[in-house]
Amino acid sequence: MRLTLREVSLGLKRAPLLSVLSVLTIAFSLFAFGLFGLVALNVSEALKHVEERVEIRAFLADGAPVEAVSTAVGDIAAFPEVAHVDIITPEQALARARKEMGEFQDVFDAAVLPASLEIRLKPGYRDPATVREVAERVKTYSFVDDVRYGEEWVQKLYNIRTIAGATGLVLGIAFAGVAIIIIGSTIRMTVLARAREISIMRLVGATDAFVRRPFLVDGFVKGVVGGLLALALAWVAYRLVDQTLGISSAFFQAGSAALGVLIGGVIGLLGSAMSVGRHLRDV
Amino acid sequence: MIRFSHVTKEYPRSGVALNNASFTVAKGEFAFLTGPSGAGKSTILKLVYMEERPTSGEVRVGGIRSSDVKRREVPKLRRRLGIVFQDFRLLEDRTAEQNIAFALEVTGTSRDAIPAKVGRLLTQVGLASKGTSFPRELSGGEQQRVAIARALVNDPVLLIADEPTGNLDERATRGIFQLLRDINASGTAVLMATHNLELVRRSEYRVIEINRGQIVFDSAERAAAEQPAPPAV
Repeated sequence: MRLTLREVSLGLKRAPLLSVLSVLTIAFSLFAFGLFGLVALNVSEALKHVEERVEIRAFLADGAPVEAVSTAVGDIAAFPEVAHVDIITPEQALARARKEMGEFQDVFDAAVLPASLEIRLKPGYRDPATVREVAERVKTYSFVDDVRYGEEWVQKLYNIRTIAGATGLVLGIAFAGVAIIIIGSTIRMTVLARAREISIMRLVGATDAFVRRPFLVDGFVKGVVGGLLALALAWVAYRLVDQTLGISSAFFQAGSAALGVLIGGVIGLLGSAMSVGRHLRDV
Repeated sequence: MIRFSHVTKEYPRSGVALNNASFTVAKGEFAFLTGPSGAGKSTILKLVYMEERPTSGEVRVGGIRSSDVKRREVPKLRRRLGIVFQDFRLLEDRTAEQNIAFALEVTGTSRDAIPAKVGRLLTQVGLASKGTSFPRELSGGEQQRVAIARALVNDPVLLIADEPTGNLDERATRGIFQLLRDINASGTAVLMATHNLELVRRSEYRVIEINRGQIVFDSAERAAAEQPAPPAV
């Protein structure tokens, strides 16, 4: 290991500019990927907020027996898809309507709104099929007059989420692929710059594993440093959008950020392994 | 030590580099490989240290056969060989000592044993006082001596030299050749490719001549042919 580290540091000393360029290339490739990640994260957060508004409203018939309604609330809350159920009394419904639609204040003065059950679903159960299925089940209670859940709106939301998810996946793979290719090419330059040393190592009887080791460490270190730099750049970009432009946005959590840096290291490691492996096969 | 049996080496672009070559080199023998540029000398050497594999036929070196050697076994073979080139192939940013020590480190020699061994090798090649010099501070002959010292780190049974005097003047050539003779005298077989016919003529060693990929002359075969037949009983 001592020898490996010495060879890594010698490589850095011998070609400092190439090392800096490698780290910067890795950093900017990961930064582009990170920026995409930030956009994806914020779109996903925004959709999550909208999704939380998916609810089923079951309107109760006049004179619905209180005990039966209470039992039903317990039953519905126990559905695996249901997060929680609230009973909205006619008074609460009226107060909410007045608050939300102040311009129709006079209309609501004399209005009587029915009591209802407000059912919210757990994340992952907010797709049109599940919402419809839960609504159908709720409808079977005899004291339920009508069930509404904005079928068209739920369907549109679901479509947007599916398109956003698929686009995110394809773009994510494309960004990651481009990053890996750029990083791999950069590391290949480092390998070619040390081709003479590699040929000498092999002539005196070094095993392929021995030749490969310093390059793997080098690639991993550069990947981690590049990852840290990319994270810093992404944070600057986030602060710029958040503060200067005044758009409230989310940043990666500590775990995701650490994972991103680690991914940088792994890409560096794999890029090195592929480049040096290809070189060893060719010579 | 070395056995070539009907070896042909063909490259996809440049065609046949060696055609049906058969010869042996015994333990402790000194043999020259001669012939014009492009005759196939370097191809033979590459086949010996298994940088290349024959297209047909078989190469055996110290019991390792080209037909069944695995890639991971090649380093083991190379540790039993010493290889020297015309262009020295030294690492320019390391001193003479470090170049030799590097070969020892690569092959897993213990750290404690390296300085003494490097010192002994530098003395053996006549460069005891130049250990801390970088290659650019050494003459061509001195650089080749460092390369030879590096080739000797693992006490090889065979030293392969590909035009080792090609870049050297007359005086340095004599010095390097004498060094190779001394190494051979201590029991190491030497296979030396050269187109320096003057050097070949002056020595008493075996000569294998290659031309257009074929062995056209082998002094060992001629000597055997000239031996008088044993008297009939």
